[in-house]
Amino acid sequence: MKAIVTVMLKSGVLDPQGKAIGQALHGLGFPEVGEVRAGKVIELELNETDPARAKARAEEMARKLLANMVIESFRVEVA
Amino acid sequence: MKAGIVVFPGINRERDMAIALEGSSGRKPRMIWHRETDLSGLDLIVVPGGFSYGDYLRCGAMAAQSPVMAEIRAHVARGGYLMGVCNGFQILTEAGLLPGALLRNAGLRFLSMDCHLRVERNDTVFAGKYAAKQVFRAPMAHGDGNYFADDATLDRLEGEGLVAFRYVTPEGDMTAEANRNGSARGIAGIYAPGFRVMALMPHPEDLVDPLMGGTDGKPLFDGLAA
Repeated sequence: MKAIVTVMLKSGVLDPQGKAIGQALHGLGFPEVGEVRAGKVIELELNETDPARAKARAEEMARKLLANMVIESFRVEVA
Repeated sequence: MKAGIVVFPGINRERDMAIALEGSSGRKPRMIWHRETDLSGLDLIVVPGGFSYGDYLRCGAMAAQSPVMAEIRAHVARGGYLMGVCNGFQILTEAGLLPGALLRNAGLRFLSMDCHLRVERNDTVFAGKYAAKQVFRAPMAHGDGNYFADDATLDRLEGEGLVAFRYVTPEGDMTAEANRNGSARGIAGIYAPGFRVMALMPHPEDLVDPLMGGTDGKPLFDGLAA
């Protein structure tokens, strides 16, 4: 099955990339855009059939490597 | 001190570091490939700058998981000295050997220029050949040098005197302009408790000979030579 790990900077951590994207969108005529946060999505193919176990393992991977818990938070979805 | 330099794939400042270390100590440092696991006989290990593993995932994240890191931890536990520069700083924070993280520069631009650093304390082996509060010039070259830690960690670093260097003007003042990457409290380098582990973003190893345009970085290596 597949685990999708979304990693985002924690709120309160400055996201200059999100800010730049927001400014560019304003320049392109999207004034309705407020705060923009940029993160990353990591898709993992897992040799696993139990969704709960897959989620637990992906969360462990996120804590150990995929996210830096000092600055980032993560969310795991299993499909 | 007998020094070794750790080399990960994508590291590119190891030779500059070797020149600086040998220039002060007269001894060639040992080059340590990241798969090696025997660090015995070394007093000082240096993690140099570059782009280990292409900065994939996060700067330093992959290197922090390499086999040699377990040996580096053991070296530190034995009371050995450890220094990280630039990518080396990122690697040591990713490995949890130093607190905090290095974020994308606040202005989003890669900064390749000189900066000025203020020596926050000079009673350590790393800074002992500088005067207290001395300002020295150092080249910097990084895209992710914006030091971040939560307020409690920053307060602890300051309270325990673990800030090694801060970005300042040539006159020694902390200003927004002098702190180009946006680092929290202008922090350019920090110590771990015990003052045997230190890392910083700029490159003192690239200013150790008049031919390089100055010798501002040499006192750091003279201190490590003893």
